[in-house]
Amino acid sequence: MDADVLSGGFANPAIDAAQAFRSVMEAMARPGRIYDIMGALPPAPLSPAAGAVLLTLCDPDTSVHLTGPTDCDAVRAWLAFHTGAPFVGPHHADFVLGRWEDLGELSQYQIGTSEYPDRSATLIVELPSLEAAGATLTGPGIQTTAALSLPETAAFQTNHGQFPLGLDFIFTCGDQVAALPRSTEVS
Amino acid sequence: MSESAYNFAYLDEQTKRMIRRAILKGLAIPGYQVPFASREMPMPYGWGTGGVQVSAAVLHPEDTFKVIDQGADDTTNAVSIRTFFEKTAQVKTTTRTSEARVIQTRHRIPEEGLTEDQILVYQVPIPEPLRFLEPRESETRKMHSLEEYGLMHVKLYEDISRHGHIATSYAYPVKVEDRYVMDPSPIPKFDNPKLGDMAAIQLFGAGREQRIYALPPYTKAVSLDFEDHPFEASKADHPCGLCGAEDSYLDEVIVDDEGGRMFVCSDTDYCEGRRAKGFVGAMAATDQMAATTMTKPTLEVL
Repeated sequence: MDADVLSGGFANPAIDAAQAFRSVMEAMARPGRIYDIMGALPPAPLSPAAGAVLLTLCDPDTSVHLTGPTDCDAVRAWLAFHTGAPFVGPHHADFVLGRWEDLGELSQYQIGTSEYPDRSATLIVELPSLEAAGATLTGPGIQTTAALSLPETAAFQTNHGQFPLGLDFIFTCGDQVAALPRSTEVS
Repeated sequence: MSESAYNFAYLDEQTKRMIRRAILKGLAIPGYQVPFASREMPMPYGWGTGGVQVSAAVLHPEDTFKVIDQGADDTTNAVSIRTFFEKTAQVKTTTRTSEARVIQTRHRIPEEGLTEDQILVYQVPIPEPLRFLEPRESETRKMHSLEEYGLMHVKLYEDISRHGHIATSYAYPVKVEDRYVMDPSPIPKFDNPKLGDMAAIQLFGAGREQRIYALPPYTKAVSLDFEDHPFEASKADHPCGLCGAEDSYLDEVIVDDEGGRMFVCSDTDYCEGRRAKGFVGAMAATDQMAATTMTKPTLEVL
């Protein structure tokens, strides 16, 4: 087995995961705000932030769908070793990983059911840049308005229109993370 | 086995990941109860196992942790949970609201306003606001999915027809972001106005009932009411006997066997803070009395 596969995980799993989770939770609770997230060194093309999110949330209980260049042997082996998460197709994935342009039709991912809206996919989207500018966000977690450099707005408006069903997005870039839950209105 | 032989914050990592995923979905769907696989904790259900599991999933070692039980830092439940996390998560603990990063609470929201840097974790006994109106989970789940909350309004209306006003005084239901009706846990309805638009993240954990739900910061949470019977936050119509506060929620304390009573702040940190600033209530002990009555009771045989 390639030694690279074994490295790059959390050095101190319990503590690093606790720190990383707080960044993800703050990001999900305050859509549009950007937080630092560290501790993971995944293989290319994954960013350290995406690696940390995956290590924090994924395990043998969660299915992962890889899209585009992330669907490569290096990432598969690294995730398999560090999380044990099974890889699945788009329709049953709990987590979806990839660049925005590689995700394809968002309608192929699960959005939950009216009685269990939580049974929906979380999309971890690698963005080339992440800054507090661009689309305007309003909704729970945002005092007045927030801004975030989203790749587009229409898809997120459609997603919000399905509330309480829908997808939740975690955006990663370098060692930074932001999030956009289905509850956020985008304009 | 020594405490240090346990994983950080007691729970194993896979359990924490499961709870963390539930917290994220809870934040994404404010007010919706996310099922989670609640674990056995080293304390009985009903003693805050839901809150403890949420705290365990949220805490990291640099946090300062506070626990309140009905507003008090010094009751058995609060002391035990505080000590539990001192031992298993090596966190600093405090009784000061403003110094705490994570506050676990049973049935109160602190009087002092919380900030964006804080997280409030509630212990919840019955998370389902419709449970006493409809015992079947399959039915209440359907009612939430259809946004069918007529029954709750009937219940409040029956209060009015029997008592002349809405007599529900705690666990008063709120509607979150115009969608889900949520049980804010048995906080007094005095605290309801603080739920909405709070700067801190609010997480709710129900261990026995296996549910987690959440209110992100600045979320709309409106107490249900009627146009002609608007919601009213109420408290005992007295000032605090110890610190004289007129704006805090009060506990009624029986002080003798002849019907004597006093009202004191239920938030002990708020009350102590005011007394430290020199506020004195009508029934506050004098310095000499304070020396004998205000010291902490001990278990030593006298």
